[in-house]
Amino acid sequence: MRTRTPSVIALGIAAVLGLAACSGSSSTSAPSTSQGSSSSAAVSGEITVLTNRTDLVKDGTFDGYAKKFAAAYPGVKVTFEAITDYEGEVKIRMNTDKYGDVLLIPNSISVADYPKYFSTLGSLDDLKAKYRFVANAAVDGQVYGIAQNGNAVGYVYNKAVWTQAGITAAPKTPDEFLADLQAIKTKTSAIPLYTNYKDGWPLTKWTDSLATVSCDSDAKNKLAQDTAPWASGKDLGVADTVLFDAVNKKLTEPDPTTTNWETSKTLLGSGKVSAMWLGSWAVTQMQDAAKKAGKSADDIGFRPFPTQVGGTFCSQTSADYLQAVNKNSTNQAAAKAWITWFNDESGFATAQGSIPTLSSGAMPTTLKEFDQLGVKYVELAPAPAGQVGLVDKIDKAAEIGLYSPDYRQKLVDVARGAAPGTLQSVLDDLNKKWAEAQATTTS
Amino acid sequence: MALATLSTRRGPTPPRGRGARSRVAPWMFLAVPLAFLVVFTVIPVVNMFWYSFTTWDGLDPQKEFVGLKNYVTVATRPQLFQVFFVSLYYIAASFVQMALALYFATVLSFRTRLRNVFKGIIFFPYLINGVAIGFIFLLMFQPGGTLDRVVALFGGGDQHFWLGDPALVNWSLAGVSVWRFMGLNFVLFLGAIASIPSSLYEAAELDGANRWQQFRYVILPGIKPIIGLSFILAISGSLAVFEIPYIMTGGANGSKTFVIQTVDLAFKFNKVGLASACAVILLVIILLITWLQRRILPDERVEMS
Repeated sequence: MRTRTPSVIALGIAAVLGLAACSGSSSTSAPSTSQGSSSSAAVSGEITVLTNRTDLVKDGTFDGYAKKFAAAYPGVKVTFEAITDYEGEVKIRMNTDKYGDVLLIPNSISVADYPKYFSTLGSLDDLKAKYRFVANAAVDGQVYGIAQNGNAVGYVYNKAVWTQAGITAAPKTPDEFLADLQAIKTKTSAIPLYTNYKDGWPLTKWTDSLATVSCDSDAKNKLAQDTAPWASGKDLGVADTVLFDAVNKKLTEPDPTTTNWETSKTLLGSGKVSAMWLGSWAVTQMQDAAKKAGKSADDIGFRPFPTQVGGTFCSQTSADYLQAVNKNSTNQAAAKAWITWFNDESGFATAQGSIPTLSSGAMPTTLKEFDQLGVKYVELAPAPAGQVGLVDKIDKAAEIGLYSPDYRQKLVDVARGAAPGTLQSVLDDLNKKWAEAQATTTS
Repeated sequence: MALATLSTRRGPTPPRGRGARSRVAPWMFLAVPLAFLVVFTVIPVVNMFWYSFTTWDGLDPQKEFVGLKNYVTVATRPQLFQVFFVSLYYIAASFVQMALALYFATVLSFRTRLRNVFKGIIFFPYLINGVAIGFIFLLMFQPGGTLDRVVALFGGGDQHFWLGDPALVNWSLAGVSVWRFMGLNFVLFLGAIASIPSSLYEAAELDGANRWQQFRYVILPGIKPIIGLSFILAISGSLAVFEIPYIMTGGANGSKTFVIQTVDLAFKFNKVGLASACAVILLVIILLITWLQRRILPDERVEMS
């Protein structure tokens, strides 16, 4: 330590100079995304990174990233703040100007509001070739958030159970899917499909049927004009009908109100549950659960939604949490450097078994079956100019909550006979609410 | 300068100075709790009134003033009030709760064996955190769980969907609420019963009154004000149920209460303005019911000697 003092001082001086250089150049619009190795030494400061991954902070994975980052940017000190109730807590903190230097954008913040809270990370034209998912985080041609990694949607299933029921091919239509679930119910003791109704959020994943069923990257944007998104044949209509039918035919857990997410992983891993509609991110967790239950990780597979367009399966790919820089941060350059490094160098996405943000990164092994089935990945297109955030606004005004569990919990209740109504009455009601809200909402 | 004038003034009239200090002293003691009260109750409530006149979404730095629009919206959407039906279960349960509390308080105020142990057992649930209670009962209510086993012992069938069956869910949740809050009623009643002079019991016993007559003509009139207060607390509590159903079902399966609905409006649908209006309306309803109760059951002083 003592022998290093001179270099520390030198570094400190460099840091001060760097800081001065930064504050000096902040008024000019120098492109900060293209940092070579020469400028990496000039970036300095202390940054706080907010994250929802309490597990990765606890087990030291993030500290490992911080060390590697420190090697590339010696002037920057990174501290992590892991938050268990990330959504709730950060949203409230965003009422102040102290929400870390780098943070994950809470899902409840609508895209149109990004410029109010975050600094731009570069222009869309510059970044779209390099990164996936940036188009959806852009407002007026500027990108405000870059995904940590991405996921494809589909159902995680226990191969051993499906094989036991004599099913090998991936179902191609909702009817085939339901027939398969029925076969699993008759031939095995497993619960064919688990809804995770009590925890709620797994139900919201059915909304990812947007662009998955229709293979249309504009599926979500079209909701802004569609007066009946739950009509038969449309993305949400098809997905919610599958869910309804599965529950209605008693192919799901007998008491949905006492489900538990953590337990459900063990149930799927050990073959007591045959399938759950989730995302590719869930595969590694289920594999862990299978191993813990004394089964093989190879038992866990991942398949696309049982619909095809022109003989091709489609799957919506979407960004996991987006990293963004707090607009009020005094260490803009350091914060941006972290985000760039995290996506380009850290290898986080590969370690998580998810789709890397870097366009040049390879698809993870968890999506092997998708490759074999020739699944087409569809990224949701950004909203057209003037309609950014419009779908969210309509959704909130209608009090439907495409990304809240409420309306699907109601759907499940109706399907299992616990609430009055029919599939048609539920879908009609949703269509009506949507159309009414649409009429009164402008972007 | 100021100090000098102060000291000269204090010289000739010492009692006045002491008077000022004795007037300040209680406020010094009160400063901390009052500060908490202002920061965590008064300011948020005042803000809530202000939000209820805006279309604030909970995040936007700008809050657009819309006057009474939110109140009109609430008033023209009767389905927002449907959830009050759920409160009826809790009101019904609160009668059970008071009856049980009164029974236990009476029994344990007489010389009963192990009475202190029982007092502890009955009061204990009130001390547990509501979230923990939610989780404990989630396990209890699992199909084939603890409660099912106990019911099966008495020949009540193997499996019940305590939370899944729409006919049972609100009774189950109200039952948890009874278990949790009975301790509070119990302690209030016990305290009131203890304040009844023992000479009254002696006199009653000499007159040949049995236990029931002692309860009916000595205890019950003696603790009437406390019973009235408990009723007000129980009814307003039943209208504002939140914690237990929110943790255990999240308001699903027809167990949504008015407060859960308000929270959903504010934080799921970003309608903080509308939700604040709902909260203000709930406050008004509770004040109204309390006032009505005070009119119907006037707070008469009980003289005992």
